[in-house]
Amino acid sequence: MLKDKDRIFQNLYNDLGSDIISAQKRGDWVNTKEIISKGRDWIINEVKESQLRGRGGAGFPTGLKWSFAPKEVGSRPHYLVINADESEPGTCKDRDILRFEPHKLIEGCLIASYAVQAHVCYIYIRGEYFIDGQKLQSAIDDAYEKKLIGKNASGTGWDLDIYIHYGAGAYICGEETALLESIEGNKGQPRLKPPFPALVGLYGCPTIINNVETIAVIPTILRRGGKWFASLGREKNTGTKIFCISGNVNSPCNVEEEMNIPLKELIEVHAGGVVGGWDNLQAVIPGGSSMPLIPKEKCETLTMDFDSLITEKSGLGTAGVVVINKDQDIIKCMARIARFYKHESCGQCTPCREGSGWMWRMLERMAKGEASKDEIEMLGDVTKQIEGHTICAFGEGSSWPVQGLLRHFKDEIKKRNKFDPIVKENKNIPYLVDQHLLDKNA
Amino acid sequence: MSLKRPAKEQPGSFEFNSSSLDDANKIIAKYPKGKQQSAVMALLYIAQRQNNNWIPLAAMKYIAKILDMPYIKVYEVATFYSMYNLSPVGKYFVQVCTTTPCMIRGANKLVEACKEKISEKESELSPDKSCSWMEVECLGACVNAPMMQINDEYYEDLNKEKTLEILDTILKGDIPKAGSYRGRVNNEPENNRKTLMDFKNA
Repeated sequence: MLKDKDRIFQNLYNDLGSDIISAQKRGDWVNTKEIISKGRDWIINEVKESQLRGRGGAGFPTGLKWSFAPKEVGSRPHYLVINADESEPGTCKDRDILRFEPHKLIEGCLIASYAVQAHVCYIYIRGEYFIDGQKLQSAIDDAYEKKLIGKNASGTGWDLDIYIHYGAGAYICGEETALLESIEGNKGQPRLKPPFPALVGLYGCPTIINNVETIAVIPTILRRGGKWFASLGREKNTGTKIFCISGNVNSPCNVEEEMNIPLKELIEVHAGGVVGGWDNLQAVIPGGSSMPLIPKEKCETLTMDFDSLITEKSGLGTAGVVVINKDQDIIKCMARIARFYKHESCGQCTPCREGSGWMWRMLERMAKGEASKDEIEMLGDVTKQIEGHTICAFGEGSSWPVQGLLRHFKDEIKKRNKFDPIVKENKNIPYLVDQHLLDKNA
Repeated sequence: MSLKRPAKEQPGSFEFNSSSLDDANKIIAKYPKGKQQSAVMALLYIAQRQNNNWIPLAAMKYIAKILDMPYIKVYEVATFYSMYNLSPVGKYFVQVCTTTPCMIRGANKLVEACKEKISEKESELSPDKSCSWMEVECLGACVNAPMMQINDEYYEDLNKEKTLEILDTILKGDIPKAGSYRGRVNNEPENNRKTLMDFKNA
């Protein structure tokens, strides 16, 4: 288990208070000026050395992303945008950062803004987190009052304004270009890439977009050094991560742990074990609803990091672990996830808009045992037609969980859906079917 | 995609009152000059708050005028995002999360409770017209599942009895206490905490 002194979010459960004085006692805002005076290149190099990967789901190296921002500010200003549109089912880590560790985020915003030369930072919070957003706003107000941000922020000579922008219940706005569209006051429909936001982003200006957790860990990384962060976890999957363990466990919780922690340890030690015992485990969704589920056999030895989950044909995503035990109907669980995607598709690309509804309807029928045998293959086919044929990664996000179900629980679906199409069942009714379709040997 | 239609009965006109107008101007100032369209989402929220939790078409036209943008663009935004109510909802607007992490912990019991106490169908006002409920997608409090949101507050770690209690309270016109209903502190593992022990009860 990770040592308590190596946990970045010391106030994850709000034992200590989230106000600015408590935050300063924990080490936030202590030597911000000193860190920034070491210069842009030092900051970016240190982040690169820490091998920090984005915590929003895709796992893109943060240092590399920052280095894509133009070196010189041209006629267009730079922007920093923080993605707090946390809507992935199974994930609730950013909410705790917003309400309990707001100063880690705000300080991270200052450092990141300096590194990418932005004077304005927008924090995009999902509309449902209104109360948590108010808490962040009051933390921002405190930081302004203490001159930690604003003009000549923390005495560094850098000006920074931070504004909150509330979303309004659209999952798709977690996609970075849809988020930018939403800030610009449009429907949240993703843009074609390239050009990437680092060059053409908000209002057509260079924009760096990072997840809340990514930015909130930056100050600690710079204080303790990139080497310290890189020493946790394993090569290319370094540092700590907040895991959200929900579903059929005895004590669902958020916990900060080292990357590459065994899944079994997360569930058994931190979340109090599976309801009904480990043997009652059916499957685990390892990284939020978009990631394919993993059956029990593989959960025994699985470790939780980006690369090891990719080898299991799944992904770490947002590290929202949803545990499903044998009391649940796995097909129904996936049908509900498919309904989520059908509801949240932005409607821009046809394969996703139509396909997500198809998948949902087919899965609903499969859960009831009303589908025909052929439809199981057909469902796999539909997922393949969506995946890779859309502007953004929502297509993948909606089809992967279904593919995961088909990969690991096909027998279960087949067992329930024995129904054969009319062609084979009633072949003695010649006027009902085309004769050439009948199996001659049968 | 979700389908949203504006209410059939619409008020003839809409204007911000002075406090709403103040708020609106503060928000417009957050965005660069000429990019006032960015404020449309926030202004729709303000309109919704002012107008008993729903947005009439007149408000969209009014906002379009303030922000100097086409009415259809405001309409697009208002119909795209699910948190804008385009027809009247109760003063207490109950949203029950039923996405998988909540579903497997018994969110359907919460729906049953809403059906018993508020109305048989979702988005339908209760007999005294003070409440309405609907099923929504993931509200982002999965480790506190099952949960629901009433207006801005989250009610977590529920079961059917607790939900019935909460609904009774709001039907009486009171505001129940928000947060966990099993008495646990925030997101910590209940009775099973293994980390940051030095700070616990510090």
